Amino acid sequence: MLTKRIIPCLDVKNGRTVKGVNFVELRDAGDPVALAKIYAEEGADELVFLDITATVEKRKTLAALVKKVAEQVNIPFTVGGGISSREDVETMLYTGADKVSINSAAVNRPELIEELAANYGSQCIVVAIDTRFVNGRHVVHTHGGRYPTEVETFAWAKEVQERGAGEILLTSMDHDGTKKGFAHTLTAQLSDALTIPIIASGGAGTMEHFMDVFTFGKADAALAASIFHYKEIPVPQLKAYLQQHQIPVRIVA
Amino acid sequence: MEIAVIKYNAGNIQSVIYALERLGLQPLLTDQPEEIHRADKVIFPGQGEASSAMRYLRERKLDQVIKNLKQPVLGICVGLQLMCQFSEEGNAECLGIFDVTVKRFPARSKIPHMGWNDLKVTGGVLCQHLRQDAYLYYVHSYYAELSEYTTATNDYILPFSVALEKDNFYAIQPHLEKSGRDGEQILKNFLAL
Repeated sequence: MLTKRIIPCLDVKNGRTVKGVNFVELRDAGDPVALAKIYAEEGADELVFLDITATVEKRKTLAALVKKVAEQVNIPFTVGGGISSREDVETMLYTGADKVSINSAAVNRPELIEELAANYGSQCIVVAIDTRFVNGRHVVHTHGGRYPTEVETFAWAKEVQERGAGEILLTSMDHDGTKKGFAHTLTAQLSDALTIPIIASGGAGTMEHFMDVFTFGKADAALAASIFHYKEIPVPQLKAYLQQHQIPVRIVA
Repeated sequence: MEIAVIKYNAGNIQSVIYALERLGLQPLLTDQPEEIHRADKVIFPGQGEASSAMRYLRERKLDQVIKNLKQPVLGICVGLQLMCQFSEEGNAECLGIFDVTVKRFPARSKIPHMGWNDLKVTGGVLCQHLRQDAYLYYVHSYYAELSEYTTATNDYILPFSVALEKDNFYAIQPHLEKSGRDGEQILKNFLAL
């Protein structure tokens, strides 16, 4: 049976792991390659590396990290954060990333999704959507959640699927950093409306939150960062809990 | 032991190289027929679109090279699909090593079939020595039908072939190179042949 995926997200800046609380305040949580190996051994199903480096050297430092991870880690991983061109995507995939995640670049130029899907296949194109509830509607935000757009979240999610995205990484900015649970109503609505997998992100604080996002939220995967990095919820404990509650998960020996 | 990994326009070749390196091997990535023929074992990786992959292989006459190999050959993911007779993906005539048709999953659930799923081993040697609840990482929208060559199965929307074996040809649908310890076990089984 296809299992629900647990995905630790590693925010990286200049080659080090950090976690943004509400995307602003950052704390150092260690070496990304070491963390990645631990997560893979513990039974994480995939990893996401979100690069928040803002320098011109960005692509080079990120590619060096991607290579190290690809060499040492035996589970799939996605790279995202400021990936804006076909050249960026190609560099990451050829260096060893399994998937790339695009966000603002897709909002700015939606045809990019088609170009990437046609050249590299939908399976490696994740479109990340940062959404916030503003004046009664779910609105897509760009640039790490800084800027609201005019784009409505459901319409955008359907559009990215039609354009060839392989998965959607949905981050509820209203929930991110709160540890009060995922946005499961929104996640369920999107999951019902779409045929591609939805990775839910933002708000994980307890093991019950993961159960809720897989049941009420109908998510295919759930992503979290700080609760894993600071060992508040170890991955093996989370999976044992989910298994006890009849959520199909992959247990490693 | 010399391992040749066939170089062609597939997406995840480097991941296969890294997986072999993690097992202490130094594989040779090549599209040169003499180097492929000389290797003790050949790995035919895959990710991408079937008809464009077949066109690429034919242009370089690699299709003839692969199907005439006598040493153990392992196809992974699209590699498995290309070793079949025909794929609905781009209506591609494939290598025909396995007399099996590759079809698109009907849209009754999410496609691609993406993520960690189990398997049911029904025979063969490729999927031996796996733990009871082994899981592998799958990413595919097309599947090989069940056949006399099927040695492992799974059910996603409908039953399909996870692994195929015939003579010196072995093939597996999930991405072994990204399937944790269970994937490594299958890779080791192939390397031990």
